[in-house]
Amino acid sequence: MVQLFDFISIGTLNIPFAFQVDQLSAIFMLIITGVGFLIHVYSTSYMHEEASDQYARYFSFLNLFVFSMLLLVLGANYLIMFIGWEGVGLCSYLLIGYWYKNKDFSTAGRKAFVMNRIGDFGFLLAVFWMIQHFGSLNFGDVLGKAAGMPLNDKVLVGITLLLFLGAVGKSAQIPLYTWLPDAMAGPTPVSALIHAATMVTAGIYMIARSNILYTLAPVTQGVVAAIGLATAIFAASIALKQNDIKKVLAYSTVSQLGYMFLGLGVGAYTGAVFHVMTHAFFKALLFLGAGSVIHAMHHEQDIRKMGGLKKQLPVTHWTFLVACLAIAGIPPLSGFFSKDEILSATFSVNKIYWVIGVLGAVLTAFYMFRLYATTFLGKFRGTEEQERHLHESPRAMTVPLVVLAILSAVAGFIGIPAVLGGTHQLENFLSPVFAGSVALQHAAHPDHTTEYLLMGISAGLSVLVLLYAITRFSKKPDMDSPGGLGKLLENKWYVDELYDMIVVKPLHRVSVLLNNVAEKMGIDGVVNGVGKFVSYGSRQLRLLQNGQVGVYILIMVAALLILFIIQLFVL
Amino acid sequence: MGITQLLFWLLTTLTLGSALMVIFSKNPVYSILWLIITFFAISGHYVLLNAQFLAIVNIIVYAGAIMVLFLFVVMLMNLNMPSSPLKNKWLMFAGVISGGSLLLVLVAALKDTEAMRNGILMQTGDIGLIHNLGKVLFKDYILPFEISSVLFLSAMIGAVVIGKKA
Amino acid sequence: MTINHYIFLSVALFCIGIIGVLTRRNMIVIFMCVELMLNAVNLLLVAFSKMHFLSASAFDAASKAGTDAQLFVFFVMVVAAAEVSVGLAIIVMMYRNTHSVDVNFLNRLKH
Repeated sequence: MVQLFDFISIGTLNIPFAFQVDQLSAIFMLIITGVGFLIHVYSTSYMHEEASDQYARYFSFLNLFVFSMLLLVLGANYLIMFIGWEGVGLCSYLLIGYWYKNKDFSTAGRKAFVMNRIGDFGFLLAVFWMIQHFGSLNFGDVLGKAAGMPLNDKVLVGITLLLFLGAVGKSAQIPLYTWLPDAMAGPTPVSALIHAATMVTAGIYMIARSNILYTLAPVTQGVVAAIGLATAIFAASIALKQNDIKKVLAYSTVSQLGYMFLGLGVGAYTGAVFHVMTHAFFKALLFLGAGSVIHAMHHEQDIRKMGGLKKQLPVTHWTFLVACLAIAGIPPLSGFFSKDEILSATFSVNKIYWVIGVLGAVLTAFYMFRLYATTFLGKFRGTEEQERHLHESPRAMTVPLVVLAILSAVAGFIGIPAVLGGTHQLENFLSPVFAGSVALQHAAHPDHTTEYLLMGISAGLSVLVLLYAITRFSKKPDMDSPGGLGKLLENKWYVDELYDMIVVKPLHRVSVLLNNVAEKMGIDGVVNGVGKFVSYGSRQLRLLQNGQVGVYILIMVAALLILFIIQLFVL
Repeated sequence: MGITQLLFWLLTTLTLGSALMVIFSKNPVYSILWLIITFFAISGHYVLLNAQFLAIVNIIVYAGAIMVLFLFVVMLMNLNMPSSPLKNKWLMFAGVISGGSLLLVLVAALKDTEAMRNGILMQTGDIGLIHNLGKVLFKDYILPFEISSVLFLSAMIGAVVIGKKA
Repeated sequence: MTINHYIFLSVALFCIGIIGVLTRRNMIVIFMCVELMLNAVNLLLVAFSKMHFLSASAFDAASKAGTDAQLFVFFVMVVAAAEVSVGLAIIVMMYRNTHSVDVNFLNRLKH
């Protein structure tokens, strides 16, 4: 822990500008800088068509983002974390609206920003509450003081719920998730870095960092788990019917973030962080692979117009396949271990949650392989000109893909659970951070037979669905607009429309009303009234200055009289 | 009531009466003549207070020089037409009211003051004699005296310059 | 006689002067009312001088207390004379320009 200088010092409140490196920060730093580096390399090639000043703008935003993200994970108190938190929100906005000349894209940026602000509001309130209650924002002080508090203390529940609101905004959970799919308007490497690998995991980081608070507030944990699970299954269902390659990945991200929150909610903090890490690898890989496909297809993002890209894009194809297997939770790839850890922790807390979780995992396998099969297998369905220009991406793009593919494949081995004969190095590594919570949890681990069974069920179901999806979609992808439930899913359960109706429209109407009534009559009335009053008053006062000496003298005498009266009788 | 008191009341009545006539006469020439009478009455007060020098100066300078100058101006320029009735009746009314209330306020304020009971040495005392005043004026007040001569000079030049213009 | 006789006389004279200034429009009459007010002050100065002399001579028969006040009156007369000479010159010039001595005619101060 390094203290640089006093940032804010008022009375007894002292907030230093301090950094703190521990196991949790270290993991996140490795993810950010590692994945960030690969994406920078990838970007040099992906963005080469941009004009040089735009290119510079892109990289300055990207590096500002990396800076903010590092600030977020390195801060030794909630305020520094909040600075980074806001910084990544800003960079997200800037990068989503990178092609700002397109109105839809800048609108998407604005939407992301506004949704993030709603969450930030919760975070900020939590910070104020912490100042009021703990008198400090340092992790050490707050977590230390909180550790002595009783279970489900009202203050703790309040603070954790508000913090969770911040996490919901930043990590795109229900009900604030709609910005993330729209955020795909940004350049694809940005989607990979910000909206898949790092920024959206800031909420996970914050909750993992405050794990002791959450462990002490089971009410909040229940909320976190429920929202995480709901998001996981809900976003997965939407992803089933999306046809935009990046949209599918976006909803998949939301869904996976839901799993992480589920992990946090059931107290599997290590599992959540583990999933953050593996997810960073395979989701970055998926996005970069998608970027490579989009690059090859000349900015065509509709998977119905792709197909059969296996031959032309071999490297992309193989790496994408690895990522799909990883995210679908096929052993022994990384996603299997992290997802399984979360699910087995869920099982020990709530069996129904586990069933829904497995259903979500199966859905994940289905839509990922629908995506894979439609894109890479079958026959090419694009125009002839596109077909002629199909080409494998340059090495600056394929090398990061390969590196990420290797990481996706092997990253799971640092967290092999005891049941499979591993030692779970990650858990040992992180144990100092989560020691307080682990001590408080008495979750009975399911015995080994059950665990084998659970793994077998989820992995087996995933494989079955995977094979079905490949056979189903490699030959004839669903080209027609679906009806019924499919239509509902394709239109994302009409959530955007619902929000538009219940939040945006009434707000718009209220603001129109305020504009017409309060603005025109109230504020304008006051301002104009002041002006009119002064103008009227001066016109009346001007009559006093009529140049008639007699009147001046009269006023002088009257004033003298008043002064005399005050002097002689009042005082 | 001794002769002094009698004279005081007589002179006071004359002063206030003629002062009122000054402001109520329609014709400026009458105003001037009433003002001269007022000045004479005030000089009488000075004599009563044994300030003979000031009494004489008042008559010579004010009643003699200044009022004659007024008369000259009025008569030479034929200004003695009665002033036209005021267009602004309320202005006149307000003037009388405010002047009267000023008088009332001052009288009411000073009426019960303890210092008001202090006596005044009438008729005797030599400080008002020219012998005494001259000594002080030319010893202690020589500088203001000389400066006042400069003031006169500049006033004279000013009057000439203004009169020559136009 | 006590000092308040003279004070009330002076206040009355002064207020008559003020009323004259406020009600009359003939510039020469206004001027005369100013002279009236000056004389009210002069009279009060002399009265106070004698009051001062009376209280001082009770302790010292040869006291010259109060001389200053009478010299002030003298200086007031000096200033008044100078003022009248300039003021009348202005009135004459104004009459030559406007053929009136009505102060309300002089409302150019507005502009």
